[in-house]
This record gives sequence, C-alpha cells and structure tokens, in this order.
Amino acid sequence: MKEKLEQIKADALSKIENSDTLEKLNEIRVNFLGKKGELTAVLKSMKDVAPEERPKVGQMVNETREEIEKVLEKHISQMEKALREAKMKTEVIDVTLPAKKNNVGHRHPNTIALEEVERIFIGMGYEVVEGPEVEKDYYNFEALNIPKDHPARDEQDTFYITEDIVLRTQTSPVQVREMEKGKLPIRMIAPGRVFRSDEVDATHSPSFHQIEGLVIDKNITFADLKGTLAEFARELFGEETKVKFRPHHFPFTEPSAEMDVTCFKCGGSGCRFCKGSGWIEILGCGMVHPNVLNMSGIDPEEYSGFAFGVGLERIALLKYEIDDMRLLYENDIRFLKQF
Amino acid sequence: MNTALSWIKAYVPELQCEDQEYFDKMTLTGTKVEGFERLDKNLEKIVVGQIEKIERHPDADKLIICQVNIGNETIQIVTGAPNVKEGDKVPVVLDGGKVAGGHDGGPLPEDGIKIKAGKLRGVPSNGMMCSIEELGSNRDMYPEAPEEGIYIFGDDVEVGSDAIEALGLHDTVFEYEITSNRVDCYSILGIAREAAATFKKPFVPPVVEVKENGEDVNDYISVEVEDKELCTRYCARVCKNIKIGPSPKWMQRRLAASGIRPINNLVDITNYVMEEYGQPMHAFDLDTIAGNKIIVRRAMDGEEFQTLDGQMRKLDSDILMICDAEKEIGIAGIMGGENSKITDNVKTVLFEAATFNGPNIRKSAKRLGLRTDASGKFEKGLDPVNAKAAIDRACQLIQELGCGEVVGGTADVCEPIKENPAIKFEPEKINKFLGTDIAKEDMLNIFKMLELEYNEETNEIKAPSFRQDVNCFADVAEEVARFYGYDKIPVSLPSGEATTGKLSFKMRVEEKAREIAEFCGFSQGMTYSFESPKVFDKLMLPEDSEYRKTVKIANPLGEDFSIMRTLSLNGMLTSLATNYNRRNKNVRLYELGNVYLPKQVPVTELPEERMQFTLGMYGDGDFFTMKGVVEEFFDSLGMRKKAVYDPNAGKVYLHPGRQASISYDGVVVGYLGEVHPEVLDNYNIGTKVYVAVLDMPEVVRLASFDRKYEGIAKYPAVTRDISMVVPKEILVGQIESMIEQRGGKILESYSLFDVYEGAQIKEGYKSVAYSISFRAKDRTLEEADVTAAMKKILNGLESMGIELRA
Repeated sequence: MKEKLEQIKADALSKIENSDTLEKLNEIRVNFLGKKGELTAVLKSMKDVAPEERPKVGQMVNETREEIEKVLEKHISQMEKALREAKMKTEVIDVTLPAKKNNVGHRHPNTIALEEVERIFIGMGYEVVEGPEVEKDYYNFEALNIPKDHPARDEQDTFYITEDIVLRTQTSPVQVREMEKGKLPIRMIAPGRVFRSDEVDATHSPSFHQIEGLVIDKNITFADLKGTLAEFARELFGEETKVKFRPHHFPFTEPSAEMDVTCFKCGGSGCRFCKGSGWIEILGCGMVHPNVLNMSGIDPEEYSGFAFGVGLERIALLKYEIDDMRLLYENDIRFLKQF
Repeated sequence: MNTALSWIKAYVPELQCEDQEYFDKMTLTGTKVEGFERLDKNLEKIVVGQIEKIERHPDADKLIICQVNIGNETIQIVTGAPNVKEGDKVPVVLDGGKVAGGHDGGPLPEDGIKIKAGKLRGVPSNGMMCSIEELGSNRDMYPEAPEEGIYIFGDDVEVGSDAIEALGLHDTVFEYEITSNRVDCYSILGIAREAAATFKKPFVPPVVEVKENGEDVNDYISVEVEDKELCTRYCARVCKNIKIGPSPKWMQRRLAASGIRPINNLVDITNYVMEEYGQPMHAFDLDTIAGNKIIVRRAMDGEEFQTLDGQMRKLDSDILMICDAEKEIGIAGIMGGENSKITDNVKTVLFEAATFNGPNIRKSAKRLGLRTDASGKFEKGLDPVNAKAAIDRACQLIQELGCGEVVGGTADVCEPIKENPAIKFEPEKINKFLGTDIAKEDMLNIFKMLELEYNEETNEIKAPSFRQDVNCFADVAEEVARFYGYDKIPVSLPSGEATTGKLSFKMRVEEKAREIAEFCGFSQGMTYSFESPKVFDKLMLPEDSEYRKTVKIANPLGEDFSIMRTLSLNGMLTSLATNYNRRNKNVRLYELGNVYLPKQVPVTELPEERMQFTLGMYGDGDFFTMKGVVEEFFDSLGMRKKAVYDPNAGKVYLHPGRQASISYDGVVVGYLGEVHPEVLDNYNIGTKVYVAVLDMPEVVRLASFDRKYEGIAKYPAVTRDISMVVPKEILVGQIESMIEQRGGKILESYSLFDVYEGAQIKEGYKSVAYSISFRAKDRTLEEADVTAAMKKILNGLESMGIELRA
C-alpha cells in the first residue's frame, strides 16, 4: 500500500512539474485528489486493509494528499502570478497623456480679494454686514457730515434717482445704518457695490466695490486705527509690509489719513509699479467724526471709533497685477480662468 | 496747485531743504505733494556770454561765426540763429554742458542733450547759444524771448555769470493736492504757513502798506449789496493814472511757474494776488461804470449777458451779478463783462475783492457751463478777512511797481464776520483720543505755529478766520496729530469687549452658490447694475411687462447705463456673447448680483433689491446639465425635497418648449431653460444657450445648514423594474408624482433608466422605464408587501392612460 501511495505521489508531482497551464494543474487536482481521483480510490480500497492497519493507512493517504496539494497550490499560485505579470505587461499606459479634468469653474478676482479681506477681519472679530445699493441721500451724505452743498455731492460724482435717492457712492452709509441700530460696541466691515459717475476706461468704472470698516467702542484711539490697519496690511500683502499714514481729509472722519503700504513688487526700493516712490496708496481712514456719532445717536463723549474704506478693485488690480479695470467686467473666460 | 518753491521760501526765509525732503515732510503734515520738477533739470555749464564780433561763414549762407566773451575768455561759436547782433548778451552752453531740449520746443528728452565742441561746415564751434526752448522753457514763461532764435538778456546781467541763475531757473515747481477743507492752502501764503510749521521756521508774510494819494474812494464809487446772503463782503478800491506795461521779471517768473501766462502789469498783479492770497479779484475800467455805483444783485430770469470772452450767457435769478447804476457788468465770482473789461487804454481801475456764497457760485458756474479759476476758488467758500487783505496787497503792488496811484480808502460792504467757535483745550483728552503722551507745551507750540489763538484765562482755543475747518475737539486733535507726526503715534489694537466675527446667513448661502457653481464648471462673472432700456426689446418682453418698470437714473452716463436692471439675464447674455464672439469654447458663467424692483413708478422710496443667482452656458451640456446644477445647489442647502419643474414658465425670452419654472415647497424660486433663438440672434450668439436664474431671497428662506443623521439601512431593498408605453404629452414628472403618491411608506427611491420614442413605439407614445426600490427600516420586506405596493402604482399609472410593456 505504502508503495502504491509513493508511486501515486511521484506520479502526481512529476505531472505537476511538467504542467504549463492552469488547466492542466486543475486536471491533475481532479485526477489525483478529486472524488473520483486516485487517492480517493485508495481510500475506497481500505476495506481490504486489516482493521488495525486502517488508521495508519488513512494517515498515509492524508499525508500524501497534503503533500500533493501543497505542491499543487504552490505551482498554481506561481503560475497565476506569472500570468498576472504577463497581463500587466500588455496594459502599459502613456502616463503623459492628458488628464481628465473636472473643469472646475473659477472665482472672480474681486471675490477672491474680498474673501481674503473678510477672512482677516472676521479673525479680528468683525461682523460682515450689507446695506442697500440704491440708498437714501441722508445715509449716503447727510448722516456722514456731507451737507447739502458739499462739493462731493456734485452731480459730477453721484448718480441720482430722485433728489433724495442716489446710487450709493460709498459703502459708508452702511456704517450709519449699523450705528443707528444702537448695539455697541461695533466691529464691522461692509463690502459692496458703489457707483460714481466716471466714464469707463482702464482705471475707472462707473460701478465698483468698496469695503467699509467701522469700530465703535469706549476708548478707541488713533493708535488702535494704526495698529489694526497695519495688521490688515501685513496679513493681506505679507509679513514684511510696512505702512505709512498721511494726513488727509474726509468729511466723516477727523483726524483723517490715507494709508500707503510698501510696494509689494519691489519691497519699497522703488520700481515702475510704485512709480519709483516705494509706496502704494491703499486706503482712506480716520477717527469717526463726532458729528457723525451724534447724528447716529452715539455720544462722542463716551464713545469713539475709527472707520476705513478700501477699494476692492484697487486691491485686486494691485495684487493680481491686472492692468485694465475693464477686464473685471467683461467676463472673458480666458481672463477668469487665471484666478 | 503748482507753485515754485522759491515763492514759498520768500515767506519762510529760513527754510532750507532738499526737494525730496520738502516733498516728504510736507506730505506727512498733510499738505500732499503730488510731485515736483526741477526747472534746471539737464541745464549744465550754461553762462552769460556777450557777442563781441559776428562774421559770415565762408561756406554756408545761413550760418554766422560769433566771438563770444564768456567772462574769462572769448570763444568761437557758429550759429544759424537769425536774431543775434554784436553786443547781445546770450545764454551760452559750453563744451561738455547740457541743454534740456531742442530748439523746436518739442517734448524734452529725459536726459537732455549733451553739447560738445565740434566743427560746423569746417569751422570750429566751441559751444552753443541757447533759445528759451533749449533751456526747457517757453515764451509763455518768458514773453520777452524772440519767437525764433536765441534768448537775449537785458543789460543788467553780468558776463560770465550763471545764465540759469539769471533766468531764475534754479528753482523747483511743486504740485500740491489740496484737500477741500483747507481753502486757505489754495494760496502761496497758506502753503508757506504750513511749510513754516512743518520745518519749524518763522513765517514772514509780506508787509502790506498802501501809499495812497490823498483822495477818497467814496468820491469815485459807492457799493450796494442787495443780496447779502450771496455776497457777505464786497471791497472796492480805485487806482488811477494807470500805466499798462510789462510786469517785473520776478513776478512773471512766479506766475509762469504756477502755470499762469504773464500778460501785463495790471493783469499780472491781479493774478499774482490771487495766487498769493487765494483771493480772486476783478478789475473794471471805472470809466465804463455808470452812475459811480456798484450794485450786487441777482440776475433776472432769461436775461442774456456778454462775458469778457465775447460769449453770450443766459442768466437766471439764482445767478449773482455785479451791476452799475444802469446795467450788469459782471457775473459775480465767475467772469467779468465785455462791457466793462480792461483795455490797453484804461485810465482808472476799479478793483473788486469779494466773498461770495460758495455753493451758489458752484451751481451757477455749472449751469452756465463756465468754470473759471476764480469760480473754482470762490466755490470753496473764502474768508472775508482775506478779501480786504488781498485788495490792499494788489493796491500796494500797483503803487510799488509804478503801475498807477492808489485812491485813499476802500468802499467796503461787509456782513458781520462769523467768528470760529472757542474750543476747550483738553490735552489729556487729546492724548487719550490719539493714544499718545504729548506734552501740553508741545501742543501749545503747534497751535502757535498755526496761528490758533489760545486764551489761557478761559483755556480755550480759537482758530483764525482762514481756518474755518477747525471748530471742534476732533479738529484740534488733528492739528496736534499732524504736527506731532502721524508716524510717531504708537500702534495698538482695540481693547474692550470681544465681538464675534461672522458672515450673515445670506452670505453663507451665497458662498455655497459660488462653491457649487464652480464645482459644476461655472466661472464667476460680474456685470453692471445699470443697463439700457433697449434690453427689454432684445429680450422680447412685451410693452406692458412688469420688468419695464424700472428705477431710472436721473443723470446717467448715456442711455446704455440709464436704468437699474430688473432682471439679470442681459448681463449674462452679453458676457456669453463676448466669449462667443471671441471664439471661446464651452463657456459656463455665473453671477451673483442684485436686481432692483421699484415699489412704485416713479420711484419715491428705496426699491427692493433682490440677489439673483444667474447661470448661463453654451457648448457641452444641455437643459438637464443646468437642471443638475440647480439640484446640486438645493442639495447643498439641505433642500432635499423634490423641486417641481413646470414647463409653463411663461418666459418669452426662453424657448417655448424648453423652459421650466422651479418651485420648491410650493414656492417659485426661479426658472431655467434654453434661450429663445430670436433672443440669441439679438445678442449675436450662434449657438444654443442655457440659463438658470434663482431668486436668492426665496432660496435663503428655504435653505438650512442643519443636518440630522438618519442611519444607514440595515435591511435589504427590493427592486422592481417597470417599462411602460406612455402618451407623449404625459411628463415623467407626472409619472413620478404617481409613483410617490402610491408607493406607500416602503417606497425608497425610483430612477428613470430609459426614455425612448421612435420605431417599435406607436405614434403619439413614448417608452419610459423605471427602476423602483422598496425598503423597510425595521424588517426585511416580504414579497407580498412589494407586490401590493407595485399594484397600487400600476393601477395609478393605468388610470393615466399608461400601458405596461410586456
């Protein structure tokens, strides 16, 4: 019996060794290990073996089976591996072929700039608020200490709807509306569309965007104004950015200032971009005029504050080096795709 | 405002600074300098030479050979200039020197023109005699210069001396941007006062003493002001025996540097005083004035008047006029009349220096279409004290420059001059306001330099009459800040109660709109809020359309920008057309912008502003691509119910068979569709365009960012496919409503997997196939559950005339 098993095993192993396809190996499995296979036949012939010998023979059969199986599995797995490798060799792709993109759309540079500004001020605790674009004369002018006869109200600059209704020329009226709500302290920015009667050219547009900022609290100082806007400039234009405040005049702030930042192109040494001065004018600001506080029902003896106004297009044009403002309103996809 | 630095220095004699330093320091104290230009730029090695001898050039008819004495030697110069003669003193640029420009007076080259010794037609020439143009100037500044040829000095210059010095060109012209509150700084004296304070040097204004002839002005003229509101002061003085001639060179130079062409002594003096004091003056020929009388009154409506430029002007009763006893002789503050203007034969002059109402002058000048130097100054609101000072200064100059003699006294009609308010001096409060620690004495020094009066007894500050901008605490604080230095004020961040930085809910929904649109391939555009009323025709809107009721701009930049948009489509289609015409392929754009809906026409209150989320595209994609964007958007806003698309959207500008209004929860929130081919023609777009417009106020109302987890199904789903033959006019939306209605609680979802029309399907029908899924949350469904639900659905569908396919 033992010899028979040895022979079966030798036969099987040699056949396995000589097989070159998975089919042949499977055939060997069936022929030797299957229900009708040779080993099964050996087991079936157990009845001819003496009962005391049976367990021993049984064990021998199982050992033979395991050995064949082991070798068979090994060969199968080797062959499968070889086959997979051969298949992959035929599946080589040119990885430099073009990508299949989702063609995601692009955000307008104005919005990108606005979101940066918003992020900075939200981080400093400012609420973003809005107000009407078609605005009452009172909010756009009068409540901002720009009385009826002020030259800034000249029709040259302002679009009028009626005598009392204008297209807002600045986002400052949102300040007044916010102050009138009577909730103090205030830390807000108000971005939005504004309108001035300027003909369209490379640097002018009758419609553009401003971001107004307002802080009202007890003990707000000019030093706070300087510190806040310097921080803003560093966040927006980079850590190295320096600021300079020059006295200026706005009817609704006193003292007033214009803020310059060091040219982010040359770092302040002077270049074509900053017209050689090393500085770029970025925004107007100042301490809220006591008349403005009074008109909005805030006691200037108790509260003080500062306000500032930034031209969004100005930031976008400077930051992204866009040389013609008209591009912002043409919506040519080749332009928009660059942002 | 342009001014020579030498003129400023005349009143701040100790001022010594480089141009750049002046630029920087003045800007930092609030007198913003826009730029400066050196008048001696590129003028090198130029001296006064005297021509000793002139000979003809042997080989050229048009050239002459000059022997020119330049002080220490005599050099030979060949020139083609036609105007020189022996004995003339001329500017000579020596070998190796530079001039600013060519003799033709064209644009000046950046680096000037280098002059070298050389030969002209074989004759050595060791320099060049210069025309005024070559010196970078012109005949406006130097009217005595010949029209063509070399500039010739008067006898008083020294041979061999610096010619540039002699011409007064060692100077710098500064251009200032004066803010509207500083009316006083529209004058040399105003800027000089600021310069003195900036550099902490004494301010020395001209000493005005008028030598009068002993006569009395009242014997010559009387003044009557009828409208005291529009004219708060009127000063008149008389000068007689006028001798018209050129003004002195120093005056001409100063005027020319300010951009004012010298004309004659009388005109130049009035212009000079206007620059120096910021007070416009007018000179009348007294002999033309009837009745020895000046009357200041309003014009009559519809009257016409000829101004001294010869033009006829139509007047109205809001325009203030200067009149004599019989007639009008000038438009107050704007321009004098032809009938009283100064001629070269003038004998006696009446000077006027007045204070008119600024806003009135501005409006009058605008209505007349006549803005003059004078009106530009008056409209800012001038200081009445200054009017008297200026007229005295003018008379002083008339007398000193030998232009005439001054009649004694001034006819002066003056309203009480408004005093500036007294402001309490509170140094601690100023420091607290600025965040500084400035000593009280330093503040008082600043006030002193600026001529703000401090009364120690009352502890009050009062600004002089020319500083009407200083009238409250904050104004005083600004004066301190300016001269302490904005740059020296420390930096800090606001302390106090913490606040929450945030976006409003509306802004967050808009942010989501941008995200989804961009994810779906749409780029953000921006278009104007105003447009032309013609867009309604382009969009084929009927005459009585509500959209045609608009907010109109009273003073638009032309018709194209004359109404506030009531729908957002024109901007989108215009942008798509721009892209289409530039051959950009597959364009997808979106815009978030307001439309402006009037509450009534004509407008009497603020219109309603509604944010519209507008999407537009051409190229790849179709109606259903656009529909997909809308649904992605709703999904992102937690709007998970089924939106209803009604093909009867009624949009005339969309394809009648390819449009739908979008409702959510029973509310119309927008529409989408293919743009009507005729509208596309109107916009010159040659391809199909799909648009969607969502009304954001409604969307914002329905949106929510709250989410609740519902659990993932534990029990298996059962799916049934059905295929049906459906009458063509039935919409799949109707089939879906039926499935929803009848599917019961166990209906989980359904999806359309086939729609087909054509062969094998009978005429007037289409084939539609759905896959319907059922699932229970709490158990595995039995076959019977599903069969019952399906039966209900199928019965319902049959009742709609739908047949099941085998």
